Amino acid sequence: MTSAIELANVSKVYRKYSGRQFATLKSALLKRSLLSDLRPNEAFLALKDVSFSVAKGSTVGVIGRNGSGKSTALKLVAGITKPTSGTVRVDGRISALIELGAGFHPEISGRENVFINGIMLGLSKRDIEERFDEIVDFAELREFIEAPVKTYSSGMYMRLGFAVAIHVNPDVLLVDEVLAVGDESFTHKCLDKFSEFRRRGKTILIVTHSLPLVERLCDDAVWLDAGEKQAEGDPKRVVDAYLTAVEQSDRKQMAATTAKAVQTAAPGGDMSQATEGRWGSREIEISDVQLLDAGGQPSFAFQSGAPVSIRFRVKSSRPVSDFVFGIGVFNADGVCCFGTNTDIDAMISERIDGDGQATFGIDSLDLVDGTYKLDVAAHRRDGAPYDYHRLLYTFRVQSRTHDTGIFRPKHRWTFSPTVRFK
Amino acid sequence: MLSNLGSLLRYRGLIQSLVARELKARYRGSVLGFVWSFVNPLLLLSVYSFVFTTIMPNAEPRTKPFAVFLFCGLLAWTWFAASLTEAASSLISGGNLIKKVLFPAEVLPIVSVLANMVHFLLGLVILAVFMVGFRHYPNPASLPWFPIVIVVQLVFTLGLALGLSALTVHFRDIRDLLSNVLTLWFFATPIIYPYFLPSVSRFLWLFRLNPFYHLAVSYQEILFFDRFGHARSLLLLGVLSVAVFLAGYWLFDRLRDSFAEAV
Repeated sequence: MTSAIELANVSKVYRKYSGRQFATLKSALLKRSLLSDLRPNEAFLALKDVSFSVAKGSTVGVIGRNGSGKSTALKLVAGITKPTSGTVRVDGRISALIELGAGFHPEISGRENVFINGIMLGLSKRDIEERFDEIVDFAELREFIEAPVKTYSSGMYMRLGFAVAIHVNPDVLLVDEVLAVGDESFTHKCLDKFSEFRRRGKTILIVTHSLPLVERLCDDAVWLDAGEKQAEGDPKRVVDAYLTAVEQSDRKQMAATTAKAVQTAAPGGDMSQATEGRWGSREIEISDVQLLDAGGQPSFAFQSGAPVSIRFRVKSSRPVSDFVFGIGVFNADGVCCFGTNTDIDAMISERIDGDGQATFGIDSLDLVDGTYKLDVAAHRRDGAPYDYHRLLYTFRVQSRTHDTGIFRPKHRWTFSPTVRFK
Repeated sequence: MLSNLGSLLRYRGLIQSLVARELKARYRGSVLGFVWSFVNPLLLLSVYSFVFTTIMPNAEPRTKPFAVFLFCGLLAWTWFAASLTEAASSLISGGNLIKKVLFPAEVLPIVSVLANMVHFLLGLVILAVFMVGFRHYPNPASLPWFPIVIVVQLVFTLGLALGLSALTVHFRDIRDLLSNVLTLWFFATPIIYPYFLPSVSRFLWLFRLNPFYHLAVSYQEILFFDRFGHARSLLLLGVLSVAVFLAGYWLFDRLRDSFAEAV
C-alpha cells in the first residue's frame, strides 16, 4: 500500500526571538544588530526526529499530552510551517480543519465568505457554486447565509468553516480537535462525514484528546510525547500505552501534591477556619499515611473497583483510653463520598500506648473516575481532636468507563429476550 | 523564488476575490457605502484647493485651474501612500491566515496595493468630471503614456509593499516610522507645487533622486500640461521599479518561513 502522508526524520525547531516584542527598528539600528535580530537566538525543539507514515485511505489518530507536538506535526503536514530537518511528503489535495473559518471576514455575508474561503482552500468559483447549497445545508445556516458573519455566534462560525473545509473534497483531510464545534447532532454529522470520507478511500489524519474517538474511528494511532514518537500502531494498544504513561505521571504529581500538603499543614492552626490542614492536641499523633494497592505497594492512583488500604502510623506519648480513629473521602467538589470511624463501626477504645499502626481496608473502591481527597483523624469520643489531617492526601480513581455521579456500585443489566443489544 | 513568483499567477482568482472583499467590506455598514470612494478624495481635494487658492493664493498661472493640477498628483500619491500603510500591517492583521491556513502570504500586501488601485481608478472618474467642469483637457497625444505610468507605479509600489510588509512582521515600529516618512515624502514631491518653480529647479538633482518625483511629473505632464517630456526618466524608473519589485519579493521570500512564527 502506498502512503499518502510520510514524515521522515522530521524535526521542528521553534525559534524564540528573545525580547522580540521590544525589539524595534530604531534600537536594532542603534545597536547595529539589525541582522542578528532577524536571526533566532533560542531554540525550542517541538518535534524530535519523528517518522511515521499514513497509508492511503487509512485514518490515523495522533494523541499525546498538551505541548507534545501534535499540532506542530499537523501544521507540518498541512505545509503551514516547514520542518527544520527531515522531509514531509503529502500525496494529494489537502484540506486542513485546523482553524475553522480563519479566513472569514466579519463584515461581509456568509455567502461571500463561503466563496472566498473556498477559493482560499483551492476551489474554483464554479466548484463552489455547485456545492454551495450542500455547504449551507450542512452548516444548517440557510436563514443566516446573507447576514454578515460578525453577527454569527461562535458555533455558527465554526459550523460554516467546517462545512466549507469538508466540501473541498480533499484527498487528505487533516483534523485538529475540531469536533467540539457543535451540539450533539452536529458532531454526529461530522462523524458521519468522516465515515463517508473513509468509505471513499480518503486519508484522514486526526489530532485529538478524545481517546474513545481514536479507538473507534482510527485504523492506526501515533502517540507523541515531548516531541518524540512513543508508539505507533494499533489504536487500542497505543491508547493503552498512553493512558498508562498518563497514570504514571499523575501519580508523580499526586505524590508531590500530598507531600506539599503534609509539609505545609501548620500544626495548631485555627481549626474552625481551616479547609485543609492539621490540628489537634497531639496526644495521639498520626503520621506516614499511605494508600496501598492490592499488592501492598504505596500508590496514588487506583482502578475503580480495586482493593485499597489506608495505612498510617499512630503514636501516643502517654497511655490514652478514649480515642476514635476515622477516615473520610471527599471528591473534588468537596462532597463527602464516604466517612466512618471506629465509633460508628461500634468499636470501643481501650488503650493505646507508644507506637502502632492502623490499616483501613476497602475491598472494592467503588468510586467513579476522578480525584479524591482523604481525611484521617484521631479524636476523643466527644470530638475533641488529637490529630486531625484534613484533606491532606490526594488520590486518583481511574476508570475506563465514564459513569457519572460519585458511587460506582457493581452492577449488571438483564433483559428479557425481547430486548436485544448488538 | 522564481517558481514562487510564477505561482503568483495561480493565485489571481484568490487575489481578485480578496480585492473584491476588501472593497466590499470597507464600506459595508456605512450609510454612503461605495460613494465614500468618491467623497474621500473630493474632501481632500477641496481642503487643499481652498488653502492654495484662497488662503495662500498661488500666483503661478501655468497651474490654473489649480484643482485639476493638484488632483493629478494627489490621486496617485493617495494610492501610493495608502497602499504602503495598509501593506505594512497586512501580514500582522492577516496573522490568522498565515498561522492557521496554508495561505500564500504575499497575497496580502498585493491585495492592499490593488484595492487602493481600484480607489485610484475610481478617483480618475472624478478627475474627468473636474476636467470637463473646468474645460481643461489633456493633450490626446500624451494619453497613451498614461497606462504606462500606472504600471510603473504599480510595480514600484508592489515591490516596496512586499518588502515593507515582511520587515514589519519583525520590526513593528516600521508602521509608525512609515507614516512620518510618507508625510515628509509627500512634501518633498512636487504635488501641491509645480515642478518647474525656480526654487525646485535649484535642487533639481535632489528631486530627481526621488522616484515619486518622476511619477508625479509624468502624471502632471500627461494629464495637465500640454507636452509630455519626461518619457526617458519614466522608462528608467520603470527599470528601477522592476528591480525594486524583485528585491522586495526576494526579501519577502527570504523571511517567508518566519512569518507563521513571528506574526
